[in-house]
Amino acid sequence: MTRTAPAHAHAPAHAPSVASATSAAGPPARFGDLLAAEWIKMRSLRSTWWTIALTALFVIGCATVASLADHGGTSGFLPFDAFTPGAYMTLMLVSGSVGAVTIVSEHGSGLIRTTMVAVPARHAVVLAKAVVLAAVWTTVGTVISLAAFLASQAVLDGRHAGVPLTHPGVARALVASALLAPACALVGLGLGALIRHTPGSVAATLFTLVMLPPLFSTSRQWSADVNHVMVVSAWKRLVQNWGDLPDINRVHDATVPGSWAVYAVWPLVAVALAVVVVRRRDV
Amino acid sequence: MIEVNELTKRYGARTAVDRLSFTVRPGRVTGFLGPNGAGKTTTLRMLLGLDRPTSGSATVSGVPFRDHPRGLRHAGALLDAGQVHGGRSATAHLSALARSNGIPARRVDEVLQEVGLTGAAARRAGGFSLGMKQRLGIATALLGDPPVLMFDEPVNGMDPEGVLWMRGLFRRLAAEGRTVFLSSHLMSEMQNTADDLVVIGRGRLIAAESVREFAARSTRPGTVVGTSRAAELGALLAGAGASVEPQGPADTRRLVVTGLAADRIGALALAHGIVLDELTPRTASLEEAFMELTADSVEYPTGRTR
Repeated sequence: MTRTAPAHAHAPAHAPSVASATSAAGPPARFGDLLAAEWIKMRSLRSTWWTIALTALFVIGCATVASLADHGGTSGFLPFDAFTPGAYMTLMLVSGSVGAVTIVSEHGSGLIRTTMVAVPARHAVVLAKAVVLAAVWTTVGTVISLAAFLASQAVLDGRHAGVPLTHPGVARALVASALLAPACALVGLGLGALIRHTPGSVAATLFTLVMLPPLFSTSRQWSADVNHVMVVSAWKRLVQNWGDLPDINRVHDATVPGSWAVYAVWPLVAVALAVVVVRRRDV
Repeated sequence: MIEVNELTKRYGARTAVDRLSFTVRPGRVTGFLGPNGAGKTTTLRMLLGLDRPTSGSATVSGVPFRDHPRGLRHAGALLDAGQVHGGRSATAHLSALARSNGIPARRVDEVLQEVGLTGAAARRAGGFSLGMKQRLGIATALLGDPPVLMFDEPVNGMDPEGVLWMRGLFRRLAAEGRTVFLSSHLMSEMQNTADDLVVIGRGRLIAAESVREFAARSTRPGTVVGTSRAAELGALLAGAGASVEPQGPADTRRLVVTGLAADRIGALALAHGIVLDELTPRTASLEEAFMELTADSVEYPTGRTR
């Protein structure tokens, strides 16, 4: 039992691919490699592309249809048509769910253990997932919001009711709409890391992002304060550049800087939460 | 080299691993045995930094695994064949892992060839058979060319050809100087593959020694003797210095004789005119040794160290 076979003594000649039991030096651990790895994981799933394509079509389609509906009716100032709440809430649902599934699917399949044996520095895995999610959904959100806006204006131009991109307030609405998806994706990631169970974390994400805010009416101050820290309320406030949104009965308005802060705080808290729980728990 | 020292893991009131200590040496294939629920997988998880020990330590090459920023060059592991996203191809799965550890992309093709999955590399892993998933898991373990390899129940779902291939692979990895640690609840598999054994039951160490020592120590080799004059022969054999026991309470015609070789037993019987209808030298089987030892551990769970 104490006899130890000398290394390589009996290595057969037909084994070129497992060359030697090398000392584990290797290149330094680079965060960029983790980003590349997470990007490979994301792009190698067909569902990623289907989901993005269908969501984009839906949001752009909604803006077009809303504009067409107004096109036949009263003329006037109609930039809201490009920012259909139903369409953007769908975008929130999809990006939030995808964010949750990004980590939960690894728990469901057990892949998370393979991942964490490969990268024992778990916080770096979570951060890499967050960066890749944010980058992908910022790109998708930008393309979607720009395309929806341009499609809407193209329709409205037929009534001479369109506005150009340079119109006051348009830029803020576009940026807020572009950043809505990455913010929701990161909230989903945090809840996914916390709950680690696919239906549970998707449901929690949807509840938090979409179902919870309307429970707090804007007619009382305390309730309005809670409402205004919700992501969807922040988005509505940030695209509301041209008077009140027609479907919201608000007494107490959110502030624009407050709404940007909501955009920043939710994803940051979610990612911090994900890092903490993933580091502490057994997998 | 794998070192486990006073390793303990408790889940609430249940103790899954109980002050476990053993060493797994490089250049050898070491089997990790125990009945289901003995704590094998929990121990492997703690070794790989997936679960945090309640107390004690588990190190790979002298370092707690979680201290490594990247793991694949330090240890490779097959924990469960299902640990791959069903929607991803084998190539994509391995490429992402390789990239995360700064391993060149050509290594992916090498390990796929090594495990015989080159033809299925582009197919989605969700459609793989259990045996193919095991092969993919082994490819994952080999990716970083690590000095330490751990496989949890690797032969599950493999066809006979695959089992043979896998045995050869384990032998070769050990011959290359690597530490190869295989868990199994099948003792027979270890008989053909392992040099050393670590046997646990109810989270405690039962034995850590070479396969030969284990087999020899646990079931003493003896000779089964059958005769109609069992009592008479038994007295004669005892007089000649052998230790004699009836084979079982219901079988008084057969004796288990230890401490006297079969030819001497035969000669003694002949000299006294006793007709033997059976004279069978019994070699210790690992399976028996394993059953005996794990049964022991259930009755009075005291760990014996080496």
